[in-house]
Amino acid sequence: MSKKLAIIATKGTLDWAYPPYILASTAAALGYEVQVFFTFYGLQLVRKDLSGLKVSPLGNPGMPMKMPFGPQWFRDINWNIPNIIQANIPGFETLATSLMKQTIKNNGVATIGELRELCQEAEVKFIACQMTVELFGFKHSDFIDGLEFAGAAMFFDFAGESDICLYI
Amino acid sequence: MNFDKELDARGLNCPLPILRTKKSLAELTTGQVLKVIATDPGSVKDMQAFAKQTGNELLSSAEAGGEFMFFLKKK
Repeated sequence: MSKKLAIIATKGTLDWAYPPYILASTAAALGYEVQVFFTFYGLQLVRKDLSGLKVSPLGNPGMPMKMPFGPQWFRDINWNIPNIIQANIPGFETLATSLMKQTIKNNGVATIGELRELCQEAEVKFIACQMTVELFGFKHSDFIDGLEFAGAAMFFDFAGESDICLYI
Repeated sequence: MNFDKELDARGLNCPLPILRTKKSLAELTTGQVLKVIATDPGSVKDMQAFAKQTGNELLSSAEAGGEFMFFLKKK
């Protein structure tokens, strides 16, 4: 009997998109049965169009800010830009997002779309919280195929039997 | 060592090496051997864990010139 992994995904930014998909795909590769419940901002991870996934350095002191281009000594510099500047430059978030994506690509790490596809290939079950879909005025057509829409009670059926349950 | 299929996982980082390995192994029959070349240093421990968890035997694991070579036998 395979071990079970249940993940509750509640965040919708690019940096928070990686943990649920990496954990789910890795566990599936190791033979776990995996189900992921997407709720609140986690719904952003199961949209058809992932181009809206962004990362914000604002108020995020844990984020290293290094340039993904140039000579190595330049790349090693950590640019500690004060919040007051970040908040006032339009397009700062978009810039930070594209730099993050470049860093990810430079390091041979998969894109969110690729990881999501690998999960579905590995038969990871994706469930979207029907209540928050309605709450935010989303339509079923906004989301990818193969997604089930249900409530927390239904998810507890699997989560209650899981060996590992993670809240992300 | 003889192998039936080769997987080039160079330049790919966690979790891609083991995900691709799983996919490649699915195309083999029992007893066949898969050769995997990777550059991710994390893949050494990942391959050991993968072999242990899935029952596919890790026949050998070696490093040469910054590259890691693994031979796995499909169970």
